[in-house]
Parts: sequence; C-alpha cells; structure tokens
Amino acid sequence: MKRILQNVIDSAKMKGVHYGDIRLVRRQSQEIEIKNGNVEVLTHDEELGFGIRVLFHGAWGFACSSKVNPREMEAVLKKALTIARASGKARNDKIHFDPAPAVVDRYQTPITLDPFDVPVETKLNLLQAAEGVLRKNGKVKISEAFMGSYKTEKTFASTEGSNIEQELIECGAGISATAIEGGEMQVRSYPNSFRGNFATRGYEWIEALALGSHAERVSQEAEQLLSAKPCPSGTMTLILDSSQLALQIHESVGHPIELDRILGTEASYAGTSFLKPEMVGHFRYGSDKVNITADATFPGGLGTFGYDDEGIRAQRTPILSQGVLVNLLTSRETACHLHRESNGTMRADGWNRIPLIRMTNINLEPGEWTLEQMIADTDEGLFLSTNRSWSIDDKRINFQFGTEIGWEIRNGKLGAMVKNPTYTGITPHFWNSCDAVGDKHHWQMWGTPNCGKGEPGQVAHVGHGTAPARFRNVQVGVIKQG
Amino acid sequence: MIGREKALRLLKKVVHDSGADQAEALLLTEDSSLTRFAGSGVHQHVAERNGTLILRVVLGKRIAVVTTNDFRRSSLKDLLLKAIRLAKARLPQEDFVSLPGPRPVPDVRTFSNSILRLTPGVKVKLIRELGLLAHERGFRTSGAFSHGQVEVAIVNSLGVEVYQPYSDLFLHLVVDNGMNTGYASFVSRDAQSLQVERLVNEAMEKASKSEPVRIEPGEYETILEPYAVSELLSFLGTLGFHALAVQEGRSFFCDQFGKKIVDPRVTIYDDGLDPDGLQVPFDFEGVPKQKVTFFDAGVAREVTHDSFTAGKEGKLSTGHGLIAPNSEGPIPINLFMNEGESSLSEMIQSTRKGIYVTRFHYTNVVEPMKAVITGMTRDGTFLIENGEIKQPVRNLRFTESILKALSRVSAVSKERRVSSEGTVYSRRFITGTVTPAIKVDGFNFSGISSL
Repeated sequence: MKRILQNVIDSAKMKGVHYGDIRLVRRQSQEIEIKNGNVEVLTHDEELGFGIRVLFHGAWGFACSSKVNPREMEAVLKKALTIARASGKARNDKIHFDPAPAVVDRYQTPITLDPFDVPVETKLNLLQAAEGVLRKNGKVKISEAFMGSYKTEKTFASTEGSNIEQELIECGAGISATAIEGGEMQVRSYPNSFRGNFATRGYEWIEALALGSHAERVSQEAEQLLSAKPCPSGTMTLILDSSQLALQIHESVGHPIELDRILGTEASYAGTSFLKPEMVGHFRYGSDKVNITADATFPGGLGTFGYDDEGIRAQRTPILSQGVLVNLLTSRETACHLHRESNGTMRADGWNRIPLIRMTNINLEPGEWTLEQMIADTDEGLFLSTNRSWSIDDKRINFQFGTEIGWEIRNGKLGAMVKNPTYTGITPHFWNSCDAVGDKHHWQMWGTPNCGKGEPGQVAHVGHGTAPARFRNVQVGVIKQG
Repeated sequence: MIGREKALRLLKKVVHDSGADQAEALLLTEDSSLTRFAGSGVHQHVAERNGTLILRVVLGKRIAVVTTNDFRRSSLKDLLLKAIRLAKARLPQEDFVSLPGPRPVPDVRTFSNSILRLTPGVKVKLIRELGLLAHERGFRTSGAFSHGQVEVAIVNSLGVEVYQPYSDLFLHLVVDNGMNTGYASFVSRDAQSLQVERLVNEAMEKASKSEPVRIEPGEYETILEPYAVSELLSFLGTLGFHALAVQEGRSFFCDQFGKKIVDPRVTIYDDGLDPDGLQVPFDFEGVPKQKVTFFDAGVAREVTHDSFTAGKEGKLSTGHGLIAPNSEGPIPINLFMNEGESSLSEMIQSTRKGIYVTRFHYTNVVEPMKAVITGMTRDGTFLIENGEIKQPVRNLRFTESILKALSRVSAVSKERRVSSEGTVYSRRFITGTVTPAIKVDGFNFSGISSL
C-alpha cells in the first residue's frame, strides 16, 4: 500500500501541485449501550477510505473515496485538481503554506490491553452489573450504561516526502440515572455526562473507572434532586468541579483560540471569535491564576496523537500564561498570521474530511488549592458539578451552562443540594474573576468525544485537564422558576 | 450511483447469507460536494464518494448491528460473522416484536437531473456572482454551497425491498458589512429553483448599516422568522414528539394527550409526503411515511413510531425509523407548522415594542420536560417600536420554554418556507422543516452578547 500511496504522490508532483498529501484511514468502532435492562445498542462499525488534498493553481482541492484501489486514487486525484483549479478563480489572498521537513515515523497509542481484544461478553457483564444497580432505585425511570472502543489506523504521505503511520486507540464508558416524577426529570451521571469519560488508553482505563462502585450514589443523587430546592438566582461565588470546568474551557477558551475561526473561515456556521491575531502577547484573557496549555503529548488525553494531519509533530504550547494570551491554535496555512510555525493542530474526522484546526488537550494547569480549602475559604456561593447543557454565542463571548447538580456553600461548608443549576457570563470577565485553581491532586483529564466543527460536519475527540476552580461575582440561576 | 438493481441485489444476498432469524440490510450511497467561502473567496472545496452498508441481524430476540463501507466479498463475509457473533453474545431484548413487513411505498420523485450540472466550475461561478452582488452594496459573503446524490436501499428478510435516489442542494449565506451580519439560506432537491440574487438580497436586508444598540434583557413581544421557528420545532421533535420519549416517561406529551397545550393557532405535524417539504417516501426500515399530527389546533394528539416502539404498543410503525442502531427514538425529520393569516408586515405593525429575530445560534436544552432551551440570536436581530423596525440590536440570549412560547402565539404568517441546517456529520441525508413566521406575546431574553 505504501507504494500505491507514493505513486499517487508522484503523480500529483508531476501534475505540478505546490503541495499534496494523501491519507488512507481505516477506523473501527464498537459501541454498547444498556438501557433499562436491555442491550439497546450493540454495534461494530468499520470504514476504510482515502482523501487527497492538493494546493494547486493557488487554491485547495480535496476529494475522497471509499474505493481503495490505484485506479480510483488516480480518478480522485484528478477530481481534487479540477476542484482546486476551479476554486483558484474565486480565491482571496495568496495562500502561504509553510514548508515542513519530511518525516518518516510511526506512532502508536501506548496501551496495556487493546479494547478490541476484550470479549464482548466481558464488556456486557461490566455494563449490566452497573446498570442493574441504577435500576434498583424505584425513582430511576431510565438507567443507562455505555461503553465505546475506537481504533484509527492512518497512513499519511505528502509531496514533501513524509510518510507517517499512526494507530490511535481510544475507549471510554459511563453510567447515568434519570429520575422522573410529576413532570420533573433529573439526571446524574458518572464519571461524566453524555456517555462518560474517554481517553487514548486501553481497556485498563475502562476497568479503572469502576462504574459499579459509583452506581448507587448516582441513582440516589438523581432521586434526591427531584425534591431538592431550586438553584438560587443572583450574583455569587461559584466553584466548578473539574468536569464542568473542562467544558467551560472547551467552549470559552478552546474554540475562541482556533486561528481559522478568528480569520473567519467558520463565520457562516460555527461562528468566529472575539479574539484577533494582534491580541496575542498582551490581551489579558484571565486572572494571573489562569495558565492554559494546548498539549497534544499528554499521556492518555483524548486529544493526544503523534502527528497532526499535515505531518506536524504533536506538541505542548502555552496559550494563556498567567492570564495573558500568548498563542493560538494554528496550522501551516494560518501560522504566518502570528509570524510563527504551525503548532500542529490540524486534524480530520476520518478519510472523507479535510483537516481543520482542532483542539488537542486544552488544559488548565493546576494551582495550589485543595477543593476543601477552596470551599472553606468561601463564605457564600455554589459548588456545581457535571455538565447538563451548554450554549455560547457565535463570537464565544456570552455563555450559559447548566449542570446536573449543585450544593450551596455557606460559611465555608457545603450545604443543601440544589437542582437545575445554571450560570451565565462573558468570557474574559469570567476568566478574570478566577481567584483559585485546584492543585495537582485534584487535577484530572476529561475526554470530550463530540466536538463539532466544519462543513461537512466533523466530530473531533479532544481532551481537557482541569482541577476545580473558583470564580467570583458570577450570575447564577438563569431559569425563571414556576 | 449504484442503481436500483445492483443495490437490491447486493442487499438481498447479504440478507440471505446472514442465516439470521430476521435480517435487514440498508445501503446508503453518497456522491457529494461542498464549497465553503469566506470574505467572498472560496477557501474550502471538497468532494466525497462513499457507500455504507448497515446490517441488522436478529437471532430470536437478540439483535446486533454492524456497518461497513468495504463491499469486497471477504469483507462482507467477515461482517456477517461479526454480526452473528455479537448477537449471540447478548441477552434477548424481551420487548422486541419483529422487524417490519412489506407495505406499499408511494411513488415520489426525489431526484432531479439538474443537480448534475453543478460542476466545480459552475459552483465557483455562482459563489463569485453572490460575492459581486454583495460587494456592490458594501458586503462580504461567507457560507457553504453543497449538493449531492444519495441512494437509500433497504431489504429485509420479511420481504421489504425498497430503493430511492435523492438529489439535494443547500446554500447558506451570511453577509457582513463590518457593522452587522445578515443571513439567508436555500435548500431544495432541484438546482433550477436556486435564485442567487434573491438570496443575496434577503441576506442584505437583515444587515443594517447602523450601529447595533444594547437593549435590556427581559420579556418582549417577539417576531420569529421561519428559520428560528424551524429550530424550535426540531427541539420539540427530539424532546417529545416521538413514542420512545413517551414510553420512557420523558416527553412533555406524557399524560397530556387530548389536552390543549399551546395556542389554537398552532398545528404541527410531520409529513414525508407533503410536496411543500423535501419529500421522503419511506423511513430507514423501509416503512412508508405517514402523516403524524402532534399539535392539532393547540391540542396534543399523537406521536411518531418506528417498528420497535410500535411493537411495544401493538401498533404499526408510522414510518419514522432512523438508521440503526437508534436509542434516541423515532425522531420526526419532516416537520411542518401550519400557515396562518397574517403577513410579516402586519405582525410588525401590530407590535408596540418588540424584538425581531432572524435565526438562533448554538441552542441547547436546559429543562427537557418543560422544553426549556437557551441560545443566542444572530445575523439579524432588530428592535421594533410603534409598528416599525427601528434599528439592529446586539445579539441576545434567550432562555425560554418552547411550549410556553407557542402558548403565547398571537399571529402566524401566511407564507411558509422550507429550511434546513443542511450540515452533515456522517451520513448525508438532507431533509427540511417547513415553517411560518410567528409572533409571540412575551418571549424571554435572559442576556446580551457584549464585552
């Protein structure tokens, strides 16, 4: 196959492309979902295909096909060239595509146990045991347990002489209990909402989650939420647990720092950003407690890989340093706007999509507080946990989040449980109100397997390492009660 | 395009070779292209050819689903073995009754050859035309222009054998004059109905040249354009209009059938056969589409079914099965709201102080059983005062129950339009929602976009 890919690259060179690459991708996934005692989903997906990207006549062209053979590859190359030639007639500024050194390498996710080697019966037993515990609670009307295993094998070859093979393995699992009574519905999840927590790790990750040992607490909290008091409304101190903070980072830092969005290429769909390239180096995004990095090298992160889909090695890049914006997520085409080199964030959702700038692992670096110290140091406020809803405007300024559960904080102690918690804010105001970040013992990595962007739509798998953090003067309780 | 005969032959062989008690094979093919532009220039232009086979096998009541896009004989053999092995590994699904049997499918034309004329060169030319028209009035354009050919074929071991070719195109357009943005979009199965100039003019009308003002959040009389209404309907479809949500007790329809929930001006239904929408003759189980009315003059009436939810209640599927495996339920994908008697200008004239909304952005559920959602306005939000659109306002966040909003509808427009998000995350299948503009007496805006 290596030779066949090289033939396509040679053919692209002969046609006179400025740059060209081909990605051959095979993906497998297995998903299991148990719902109310039934195996609702038991599925195995496989897909294979290739995509060819060319920079030709000053414009990009991309075409792809699921028929993997030399004849189809030549036809697809021809189509990509035709597309580029046509697009060149309606381009904006000249495309600056920085050269990159040729890389010949192989990367494999380090794992102990390949999830595809684990018998499906073992997985079903694990999920059924946990889901069965949820179902024992009479108020729980929908009990769910999920497990997903994913393997991507891809070969990248470029006209610059790169040939990179990667095998990425991911898996994750989770449980959730939905209690329903009198027209009210409350959900609790573990380890995170929306199917659980995911990582570039082997089946050992699933075992370590110990779903069963959390099931009783999860179902009890779902039941208790039905009769909990509503989240108060007002402006107050907020402590977010690390899983909710992961999504807060995702929406209000991760997306705004994508340089392609900033330059307007998502304007009509996902939106743009309140940031501009010239703000890098001096814009105060957050307080001096806020240090954020984009780290595609962090072991186990869902946004961890060897090379991006432009052949650039994965790297760790400071983004916010003591609250100041110091870098953005870039590609080989966009990095010139910062007079820098790409920091390797271009990833495609499979063979049939072009690479876009995507988050890697966007991490809030640990601070010095324990969660207990943070609560003890708070006279009055709320502690919120586990995302339930999210929304942010097209410039990533105005956000609103809801969480599954919250607790009042009074005089330095956790108090009553509150239901339907929501909070809203303005991105830089919010991050500048951060006055405490949890320490490394409270810090953990969260995998977000559903990050949408681009047209045709692409779903990226990204990570966020976080510890709980405290924010002052936040507007909470947005929903009108009654 | 594979074509009817080849597609059905392939699927019949897979179903036959499965050796399962029941089996269903679904083939989806796609030959599509999408061109994105920003700052009036093309920055992305892609084309895709793919075919996916989804096989559902049933051993007694043990069900498994496998998917592949590799149709080589060895791969398909491997696929069948995997499916059987998975099904054997699991416990039976006791409430499963049967895959659907064959029913007559209506003859509907869903493919237009006009789509074949959209070569890369033709599409780029149209995008340049858009850009030039906008440039003449000081606007820059961004958007996506996509077209595709899709085939859907389904065979099951009970005798279902259906095939349908589809064509589609959509064009989303945002115009920007540096101060404000405006939006318009188009979706159809027929390329001939695309009118570029009309689309640009519609978008430009939404982008005023004056500075947007800040208004205080609160409840306002609000006029929602069809784009915004379409989004509200889609959420209702996901949250409550289908049988699984009712069976699981999570629908706002639970214990409400026969009761008046929203204003009598509101009738909402799903109809895959209505030519005003993008027609779809059968669902992904090969069952013909039936019209299902959710709100009939404000009264909660019925919900959609697939073979699973119907089997649990001893009913027949209404033709709303989605691609297997589907644990979300038979969510309706051809939604309609009835037209009313007002014109848009009459709605504006009757508003003392209110907000005009073109569309929403990044909406999400806050409280599912009350259908409370939140989101932002974008690309054309205006203040109405004393019966006139006065000036653009900064984008607003809303947090509102859709049901509450629909119970406060005071006017519905005579004109309706078909709209579609058009975005495709994995398998291309474009449908549309047909909606009027509505006026809501009291829509809750909870925040404002501002630094």
